[in-house]
Order: sequence, then C-alpha cells, then structure tokens
Amino acid sequence: MEKIIEIEGLKKAFGKLQVLKGIGCAFERGGVVSILGPNASGKTTLIKSILGMVVPDEGTILFKGKPVINTFNYKRHIGYMPQIGRYPDNMKIGQLFRMVMDIRQEDTALDTDLLKEYKLESMYHKTMRTLSGGTLQKVSAALAFMFNPDVLILDEPSAGLDPFAAEALKEKIIDEKMKGRLVLVTSHILSEADEISDNILYLIEGQISFYKSLHTLKDETGEHKLSKALTKFLNLQEC
Amino acid sequence: MRALSLKICLLLLMPAIVRARTINVAPHTAVASLKQAVGQARNGDTIIVGQGTYISANTIIDKALTVLGRNRPVLDARYQDEVVTITSNNVTFDGFVVRNSKTGSMRDFAGIRLSKVQNVTVSNNTLLNNFFGIYLSDCDYIRVLNNHLSGSNDLENSGNGIHLWKCKYVLISGNYVTRHRDGIYFEFAKKSTIENNLSEKNIRYGLHFMFSDDDTYIRNTFRNNGSGVAVMYTRRIKMLHNTFTRNWGGSIYGLLLKEISDAQIEGNQFTRNTTAIYMENTERITVTKNDFNANGWAIRVLASCYDDHFTNNNFEGNSFDATTNGSLKENYFSNNYWDKYEGYDLNKDGIGDVPYRPISLYAQVIEQNPQSVMLMRSFIVNLMDKVERAVPSVTPETVKDDKPMMKPWKR
Amino acid sequence: MLKIAKYIVLDIVRSKVLIAYTLLLLAISLAIFMADADVTKGLVSITTVIMIIVPLVSIVYATTYYFNAAEFTELLVSQPISRKNILMGKFIGIGSSVLVAFVIGICIPVVIFAFSATGLTLMISGCLLTLSFVSLAFLTSTLTRDKAKGIGLALMLWFYFSILFDGLVLLFLYSFADYPLEKAMIVLAALNPIDLARILILLQLDISALMGYTGALYQQFFGSGAGVAFSLGMQALWIGVPLLLALRVFKKKDL
Repeated sequence: MEKIIEIEGLKKAFGKLQVLKGIGCAFERGGVVSILGPNASGKTTLIKSILGMVVPDEGTILFKGKPVINTFNYKRHIGYMPQIGRYPDNMKIGQLFRMVMDIRQEDTALDTDLLKEYKLESMYHKTMRTLSGGTLQKVSAALAFMFNPDVLILDEPSAGLDPFAAEALKEKIIDEKMKGRLVLVTSHILSEADEISDNILYLIEGQISFYKSLHTLKDETGEHKLSKALTKFLNLQEC
Repeated sequence: MRALSLKICLLLLMPAIVRARTINVAPHTAVASLKQAVGQARNGDTIIVGQGTYISANTIIDKALTVLGRNRPVLDARYQDEVVTITSNNVTFDGFVVRNSKTGSMRDFAGIRLSKVQNVTVSNNTLLNNFFGIYLSDCDYIRVLNNHLSGSNDLENSGNGIHLWKCKYVLISGNYVTRHRDGIYFEFAKKSTIENNLSEKNIRYGLHFMFSDDDTYIRNTFRNNGSGVAVMYTRRIKMLHNTFTRNWGGSIYGLLLKEISDAQIEGNQFTRNTTAIYMENTERITVTKNDFNANGWAIRVLASCYDDHFTNNNFEGNSFDATTNGSLKENYFSNNYWDKYEGYDLNKDGIGDVPYRPISLYAQVIEQNPQSVMLMRSFIVNLMDKVERAVPSVTPETVKDDKPMMKPWKR
Repeated sequence: MLKIAKYIVLDIVRSKVLIAYTLLLLAISLAIFMADADVTKGLVSITTVIMIIVPLVSIVYATTYYFNAAEFTELLVSQPISRKNILMGKFIGIGSSVLVAFVIGICIPVVIFAFSATGLTLMISGCLLTLSFVSLAFLTSTLTRDKAKGIGLALMLWFYFSILFDGLVLLFLYSFADYPLEKAMIVLAALNPIDLARILILLQLDISALMGYTGALYQQFFGSGAGVAFSLGMQALWIGVPLLLALRVFKKKDL
C-alpha cells in the first residue's frame, strides 16, 4: 500500500512543555486510523502538525513523499474537522460554504452527502453565532468531506453530535475508507473507535506507545473489545 | 486805478511768460543731451527729452525746470557717477529711466539726488541698478510719486531705494521699491508721509526709520523683505492700514520696534510673518484694530517695554500669540479676539468671562530651547499648555487679556 | 489574498463597529467645520483629532478584530492557502476598511469644506497614519497569544507613540540643550509615525514659525522635495516593517 503520510522524529514543545517527543509513523491509503491516548498526550498537536497549524521544532512530515513544512498546496488533499468548529460570527452557513468553495476553487464534483444528511441547506441563512454546538459540528463535518479529499482528519468528530448524526458520520467514514481514503480520527470514545478503526495509534506523553492494527491488538490480548484489549495491553506493558 | 496797475503788472510779466520756452532733446540733433538742454534753459523752461539712451554722468539740474521724458528716455551713468542731481528748487522730473549709477563705499552715489532743495517733484521714473535710488538730503516739501525702483540685490553694493536725510514735509506715494538694501530709509526725516507704496524683496528692511519723528505711513505693503518695517529711536510715528506679509526667516520681523515711544499702530494686516511685531524698549505704543494672521509669533514684547496697549486686535492662526524674554509688566491687553481662547461667555455680552493668557507655556519652552519647535502641536505640548492655562505657574502672571472677545472683530 | 480581504471587508461591514467609527469621525469633522467659519482653525482641530483618535482606533480596532477573527484564521490555515496570503489578506481587508472609514469620516468633509494644500497634507498623513497603526496592530496581535494581552500591548504602543515619545524627546532636548540637535531631531522624528505625520502638517500650518532661526533647518529639510519624500518613505516603512515582522512571526506561529 502507498504510504500517504510519513512522519519522522517529530518534536514539539510549547514553552517548557515538551508535547511531542519524537514521533515516527506512516499512514497508508484506504484505512481508518484511530489516534488514541489520555488527555494531553499530544493527539491534537500531532494532527495540527500534519495540517501545518502547528510548526514542529524538529522532524519531517512527508505528504505523498513531499515535505510539508512551510508549504500549503498539500492541504488541497486534506479535509479537516476540528475538535470545536469555530467560524466567523457574522457569517451565515451558506456564505461559509460558498466562501470555502471560493477559496479552494476545486474543479472536482462536490460531496454533498453530509450536507443533505444533516439538512444543512435549509439552514443556509442562519448566522454562525446563533448555531448550537452540535450544528457547528455538523457544519465542520460537512465541510471536511465536501471536497473529496484523499485524507480526512477528524478531531473528536462525534463530540456534541446527536446519536443519529454520529451514526451518519460513522457510515460516511466507512464509505470513504472503502473508496481508498485515509481517515485519521482522534477519539475518547473507544466503542466508536472499535467499530470503525483498522489501526490504532496510541500516544502517551508525546510518544507512540504502540501502533498496530486493531486486529493484531485484539489477537495479542485475546480480547474482543477494544476497551478491554487496550487496558490489558497497557497493563502488560507496564509489567 | 487799481485795475490799471494790475494790467501794467500783467504787461510787465508778459515777456517772462512768453519767454518760457520748451527745449526738445533727441539723439543726433542739435540738442542731444539733457546736460546741453539744461545749459541752454532758463528758470521756468520745460525740457522734453525724446526716446533714446543718453549717457548722463551726473547731469546737474540747477534751474527751476520742468524736465519731462517722452517715451521713457534712458539716462545711463554707466557706473561712472551719479545720474541726475537736482540742486534747484521748484523742479519737476518726470518720466525717465534712470540707471546704472556708480557704486562704492566712499560716497552714496544715487540715481536721482536732491540736495538742499524745496518744492521738487520726482515722478513716474523707473530707476534700475542704482546704488541708491532717490536720495534726498536737507530737503523740504518734496514729492516722490509713482516711481519704480529696482536695485542690484547685491548684498555688498546695495544702497537704499528712497533715502531721506534731514528732510521735512516729504510725500512718498505710489512707489514700488525692490532689490535695495532698505526700500525706504528715513534718517532725521520728520513730518513726512509715506503712502500706498509697495516695498518687497529688499535685502534689509522694507521701510526703516532712524531718529525720525512725527511721520505717518499708511496703506503700504511690505512683503518678503529682510524685515518689513523697522522703527528705531523715534517718537510719534503713525502706522496705519499697512500690510506686512511673508517677512520670513530667523530674526526677521514684520514690524521691528526699538527705542520708540508714543507710536500708533492701527488697522494693519500682519500675515505670515515669522514674527509680526517685535518690540524692544518701547513706551506708550498703542496697537489697535490690527489683524494678525498665520504668523509664527504674532507679538514678541521684551521685558524692557512699558505701558504699551494692545486692544481690539484679531489674533488668528498664529503659531504663537505672544512671547517675551522675562517678566513682562505694565503692558496691557484687552478686547482682543484670540482664536486659541477656550473660555465661555455666560452673560452673552460677547466678552469671555475668564481671562486669556496669550503667552503659552510651550512658547516659554521654545524660548529656552528652540529645538523643541519640532514638538509643536503634539499631544504632550497641548496637554502642557492646557494645564498651564488652568494653573499658571511659569508664564507671566500679569500678561493677560481680561476681556477677550468671543468673536473676531469685523473690519 | 484579495478573496480573503473581500470576506474580511464583508464581515467588518456587518459588524457595525467600524460604521460607528466612521460616523464618529464624520460627526467630529462636520461639527468642527459647521461650528467655525475659520477653515484653518477647523483644520487645526482636526489635526489634533487625527493625532490622537486615528492611531488609537486604528490599532485597537485592528487588534481586536484580529483576535476576533482567530477562528477564521484557523479555518483558513487548514485550507490550501499560504500563511503569507492569509496575513496579507487580513491586512488588506482590515486596513482598507479602517482606511475607508477615515476617508469617509475625515477626507470627504475636508475636501468639501477645506480643500487646500494643508487639507491635502492632512488627508495623506492621516491615511498613512491609519495604515501604520493597523500594521503595528498586526505586530502586537501576532506577538501575543490572547486578546487581553494583545489589546494591552496595542494600547501601550499607542500611549508610547502619541504621548510618551514626545515627552522623552522633550527631556532629551533639555538634557542636551547645549548641543546642535537638528539632525538628531530629524532622526528622532522618523522614529515615530505620529511625529512624521505631525511635522508634515506643521509645515503647512506653522510655516511662518518654522521659517524662524531654529525651524529653518527643518523647513529646508522637510519642506524640500527630498524631505517630503523622506518623510513619506519613512511613513511607508512604518507600514511595511511592522507588517513584515508580523509576517515572520505569523509564519512560525502555532494556532
């Protein structure tokens, strides 16, 4: 399988706090990778580094074989759904979509599945300020998928979504995976990760604890559920 | 009997009238120079000089003649001597171009010199490139009218345009003077009038008085001179309705007053001078109904001045209204309009209820530290001035206008 | 870049704060010109306003807006646009909006009531001053992480340039009164965009005083073509340099 993102020796500190302490891994096409880990383990920083929102201190990130630091064109191939979607207050939903389209100027057909699923088109006239957290998440999700990107990066996607919406998103993720796309997801909800993941990347204190396929993890621990497998595995490691 | 004697008198006078001849001067004729014509003429004759250029190394007019230039004949001294000297009473000298007098430090060579004469008129002449233009010494009852004088603008070799020494009852009117040292210079010249002249771009002063009392100058314009007008060591000068404008530069003043007393300065217009009026050792000067506009310093009154009165003037758009060099006392301001005044008028009588202090703190600061001119109109300077006006501590306590006008005077 | 600017302008127009600023300036200038028949006096009053209010509002508004639009920046950064274009787009958007407010609030009344060399100088200086303080706002915004600190720093900069700096200059002048300081003063003036603007206006309003002994040098310098070019060039630097510094910081900034 083609490696679409390769990371090597990635380090990042915010002031004195060393958040990433040398991360190295690669992600392939056609799979869902769940990035898991306790709070403050560096999940979001890793994602933001890939997106170029955080500038790493050391290390390289290759996207389709090219280094990404201080470039921006590769973002054409990424759809990003932030943890908390924040948008210009005075902007209406419709304007937001039109603006992003305007800025990206992509020729490919738009993926409006989620737009329809979440019935966002009927809310085009609402301004961002008036939206609930859940609706904002729907907007973020719809935006992330809209341009048929090769890579989807979803930061805590189901937080704040109602069960139906979360379910729809899950299906969409699996759909995209089947189309050969790479989906990176951070999550706290292990059951959800269990359902969609192919691989698990586990971070502890800025370092990779393990990076295995879900299948291997379950086999090694002899458990059927991710949550249990994880607990067992981590306990084993500590011993 | 009386009628008869009158007739006899007239008869006796007839030959004199009949004999008053007209002598024509023209190049390449029998009378080819003014000097020749004067030699032939008798008192009362008229000499008419035709068009042309005549060498005139000091032509002396020593008879009572009317000398007229037709079509602007040129009298040229070729820098050898003076051009014309009038030594007789009752002469009229009109319509010439008088040029190129000798220059030098030994004598004051002039274009037209009048020496110890009375009742002479010098009019409508153009004087070019003369050391001194029109030079009057020891003369009374002279008229200098509508002449145009332009000097050499040479710092070393420029005399005054119209120069008076020991004269009385002179009228100087309608002249234009430029490029001389002083445009018009009075020394021991008394009871004379200067009106409707324009004096500009002279090296030193537009008009200069020394030891000359009881003169009046009225409706003149002084523009762009080294300084506009300097009045020194004199008494009782009337300065009325003149315009002083763009007399610009360091130590350059619209009107410079030094050691004078009892002068009246009224109805003048001071616009865009570095310092409009500078006063040193003055006594009993009244400055009233003048307009001060866009000057750097409207008035600078040194501490040596006493009993001067500033009333009914308009001060608008000046960088500084007033400055002094020390503690100014016994000079009085009232009923002036100051555009910087920020007081109020509760009883609506048109007079501000709180006094105006024309000397700002910043003006004092500049006095001590001229470099700080760069901070003009900055917030900090505005702030300092406002605080000082509210609680005066550095500026002279007594310099204030207790009756500042709320609106400018309409003239 | 221009697209980003366009969206920012559209957003600013909707937010009404800047419209309030425009109306404030308009009210001030109209009140000044209506109340006083003397046009020069009006220009003097407006100069005072420009030296204080314009830098203050420009820097505080731009900083506030910069932080309020942090989400927008985040959104943009995840899109395929270079950071340079994002920042420049923001600058063009915010800068042009504040500038339009100045043009409507001050320039138009000046053109109508007091068009003259002084008025023209005042308009040009005011425009450059607006842009240099927006530029400074970008520097403070990129240097700080949160809004309170950013606005605090912006206010400090404003206080420094509009009040403190001249106070220090005065102190400096008194301390070194015995030395010839004319050239030093020209350099000092170049270190403050407000002073540069003020001196250009001074040359119109107070030419008579500046022609005096001490001022003549400044008059010769700032009054000459080269001097005007110098002060305009320095003003341009005050727009360009903080913006470039902001860009350098922004390129490396974590969002």
